[in-house]
Amino acid sequence: MKLIFERSYKGRGSAHLPKCDVPVCQLPESMMRSEKPALPEVSEIELVRHYTELEKQTFGVNDGFYPLGSCTMKYNPRINEEMAALPGFTNIHPLQNTDTVQGCMEVLYKAEEYLNEITGMDRFTMQPSAGAHGEFAGLLLIRAWHLHKGNTKRTKIIVPDSAHGTNPATVSMAGYETVNVPSTKDGLVDLDALREAVGENTAGLMLTNPNTFGLFDPNIGEITKIIHDAGGLCYYDGANLNAVMGQARPGDMGFDCVHLNVHKTFSTPHGGGGPGAGPVGCKAFLAPFLPGPVVEKEDGVFKFKTPELSFGRVRGFHGNFLVIVKTLSYILSLGREGIPEASANAVLNANYLLNRISDDYDIASGPHCMHEFVITLERLQKETGVSALDVAKRLIDYGMHPPTMYFPLNVKEALMVEPVETESLETLDEAAEIFKQVMKEARENPELLHGAPHNAPIGRPDEVNAARNPVLKYTP
Amino acid sequence: MKTPTTLKYSKTHEWVREMDDGIIEIGITDFAQSELGSLVFVNLPEEGDEVESGEAFGDVESVKAVSDVISPVSGVVVEVNEVLLDHPEMINDSPYEAWMIRVSDITDEDELLDAEAYDLFCETEGS
Amino acid sequence: MGGYVPNTKAQQQQMLKAIGHSSFDDLYQVIPESMRVKSLNLEPGKSELEVRRIMEGLAAENKPFKSIFRGAGSYDHYIPSVVKSVTSKESFLTAYTPYQAEISQGVLQSIFEYQTMICELTGMDVSNASVYDGPVAAAEAVLMCETRKRSRVVLSGALHPHVIEVVKTYCDARSVDVTVVPPKGGKTDIKGVKTALKDDAACLCFQQPGYYGIIEDAEALCVLAHEAGAKAVMSVNPIAMALLKSPAECGADVAVGEGQPLGIAMGFGGPYLGFMATTQRMMRQLPGRIVGKTTDSRGGRAFVLTLQAREQHIRREKASSNICSNQALCAMTASVYLAAMGPGGLEACATQCHSKAVYAMEQLTSIKGVSLCYDEPFFHEFVTTCPVDPEMLNRRLEEEGILGGLPVDEGLLWCVTEKQSKEDIDRMVAVVREVCEL
Repeated sequence: MKLIFERSYKGRGSAHLPKCDVPVCQLPESMMRSEKPALPEVSEIELVRHYTELEKQTFGVNDGFYPLGSCTMKYNPRINEEMAALPGFTNIHPLQNTDTVQGCMEVLYKAEEYLNEITGMDRFTMQPSAGAHGEFAGLLLIRAWHLHKGNTKRTKIIVPDSAHGTNPATVSMAGYETVNVPSTKDGLVDLDALREAVGENTAGLMLTNPNTFGLFDPNIGEITKIIHDAGGLCYYDGANLNAVMGQARPGDMGFDCVHLNVHKTFSTPHGGGGPGAGPVGCKAFLAPFLPGPVVEKEDGVFKFKTPELSFGRVRGFHGNFLVIVKTLSYILSLGREGIPEASANAVLNANYLLNRISDDYDIASGPHCMHEFVITLERLQKETGVSALDVAKRLIDYGMHPPTMYFPLNVKEALMVEPVETESLETLDEAAEIFKQVMKEARENPELLHGAPHNAPIGRPDEVNAARNPVLKYTP
Repeated sequence: MKTPTTLKYSKTHEWVREMDDGIIEIGITDFAQSELGSLVFVNLPEEGDEVESGEAFGDVESVKAVSDVISPVSGVVVEVNEVLLDHPEMINDSPYEAWMIRVSDITDEDELLDAEAYDLFCETEGS
Repeated sequence: MGGYVPNTKAQQQQMLKAIGHSSFDDLYQVIPESMRVKSLNLEPGKSELEVRRIMEGLAAENKPFKSIFRGAGSYDHYIPSVVKSVTSKESFLTAYTPYQAEISQGVLQSIFEYQTMICELTGMDVSNASVYDGPVAAAEAVLMCETRKRSRVVLSGALHPHVIEVVKTYCDARSVDVTVVPPKGGKTDIKGVKTALKDDAACLCFQQPGYYGIIEDAEALCVLAHEAGAKAVMSVNPIAMALLKSPAECGADVAVGEGQPLGIAMGFGGPYLGFMATTQRMMRQLPGRIVGKTTDSRGGRAFVLTLQAREQHIRREKASSNICSNQALCAMTASVYLAAMGPGGLEACATQCHSKAVYAMEQLTSIKGVSLCYDEPFFHEFVTTCPVDPEMLNRRLEEEGILGGLPVDEGLLWCVTEKQSKEDIDRMVAVVREVCEL
């Protein structure tokens, strides 16, 4: 595919603006840049053809099965997109007088109300723009609470070794030290190790439940109690909420604050890597520390208020508002019965697919799972030399997006599969056949997998060269 | 690749070469580089930095992983092998020649293994 | 009602049976009974038509303005139609992060093109794939400059207030001290900055143009920073970059900014786009995703996420930032906008912003009691005094469908973009004149 710069031809362009109807002013020469930026010069038809070509080489949820573990690639409803494109939302300046944006404020207010109900929290901030951003805000909330109480000695956050990399990275960003706590061989938190790890310097715990193995930790009540007894707070990483929304609430498990990934659980589209949003919810005692402003309702009128002990902002304005519009639209569509229906079917689909392929694949997470399960190809690799990577790349040839590779870290040659509730029985059966077929090929013809994918627009990229000799922009 | 008998080894897979005037050279072993795969970048300390035995003084990056390099001694960095910054693959190609740092003023030294003991350690314990 | 679950109840029962269960409750046996939700206190799910009515009703309770003369971090520019049509393509909308390069060349190449365009605008060597917004970009940039010996940052008080607040949040968490130098004459106080830098600051951060619209002496500020052994982080308005000296020309080490003006709707504040670019030397300190060019197994050109060993999923607690995603679709929006406008279009846009702002300023300051607060060259934003209550003036403007300047301590912070016609400006001025001359 050509780069857009390679389609560029000097002098081409389109007329989007009328001529200037006021006297043209120039800035002082000394302030002007010496060379114009070398942006592409293309006509609109070339622009459109360029992006049409790029789209053909992009695999979206609309293209096929996308069982990317931990990412919840559910269907992105079109109604959400249309509602977020309404001029009454898009053409609103964030600094308008609040009486001209009561609708926007009500979106934030209602979304907060519904998310409180779903998670068992009391207040939410919509400022964080992604899951990792939410984790950051959540830990800062915990930090603000501790500092307010004078707990300066509490410098450590406990994180299970199965956690997503953002967790320990967030811990460092928030000025804490990570204490890793090992998992049992079943992938759950080792309670004895946890009891050993807590102490006077424990600020809190970061946990996701179900965990990154797709397993619900039944000891969760005990886990959060251990942390609370030691004087710490519990933070829920909501990445896996799709397994339990409407079935169980982090607020009832003992968590004090949570973040959600609305681009996972609440169907807002991933956009190739964003924008999503990571709203952070908390129990009432933490609410005074939230980033401001938050939306309050007084005598039927929505107002902005900054919480009295707010630890500050984590981004400009009100967060990814249009993404919250999509979130609200989704929650309204699903409602009281739709939310638990989604999670129940996510779990059903995962167990069904697990069941269909467990004769051919070693399931590291055990015979039962929540919304996702982890395959390990360690034995296959020892026996045939075929790795998880090879299997993943061969799945591409069958029109499927591969599962998440090499995560969680404590499983060797891992592939994490999350089918989601918006996939049909036929798709799952077809996927099961593909998985079986690829396993057969792995044993009969490993070379085929080593060289995969064969049917994709490109073969495997040379990542070593890309890292050793980085070329990060186009130069003519 | 044969493990050179003139060097000493740590259990975290670094090698140590004792040079003249109390300076030692540190690098990572063939076992380490082969576990890590093709290296794409090396993070090294600066001359004059202090290193502590048992603590990381830098790290090596492959495409998919980062691994700390642990100092077996306490001392002061007198020289850094800057060539590795542009050519990390030298560590893959000749791990026992691609020294990373030279350290002097050695105050504390961990217990190190000789070549035979190190080979045995690799066979039995792995990484 | 609408859960988008395709399987019928009959199919669901069939599947449950196939895995040895009789009901959905069996799947959740592992959850302690005391934690099970009996029923959520929500309304029942609604059909698409009902959802539309509710959401359209909420949208109708907002007042979008036809003529917008307010900026302060969010700008009303003309967005060419092709931008929306390209960015609503389904695969771009619904794809995940391009970890599987073989089936994501479209997204990867578009990010590579975006990175290139940001480098062109800023003059820098390397750009990342974007972060959440301008203030976060500034915060991440400032922390990039932190070293073991220098953990204090100096901020110009002429930065957008949200930038200052967000930088403070990020720095406070890492025990990095922040010194804010109050603005002087509506722009960065150069003397104050010199004093504040001392010899232990990690960096100086300022924006171009400043929050009040004034064009800063960016080169002098970068020199000051370097003389103090500090780095220079320059936050820029991307439209202004069509005309003004680029961060590279000014000697900045890191260039950041808010990319919303590049074809992204104001959207009540988000999603927006934080861009970050730097020099070759600081490439490995850049947080976030980066796309690089390489070859594939067939010898052809391929794009891939690279330098991933900087990132959280590999470095974990040693990562310099926890950032996991970018704002991919917003970055694509910016690229399409820049490609649609081209260098000529962007320059025309910037020139019109400037010319119209100057015209508006001249017209407004011809009103008795309205004077320009800071008599310095400015780009598309400026502050005037206001002889009446600014809130009351804005209410009157609102009645005419006009969003007036933002009330600030000195008066009103006005913004004029290429989108306003001479007629729009004259109409606004007429209302202001009418109110002020009462």
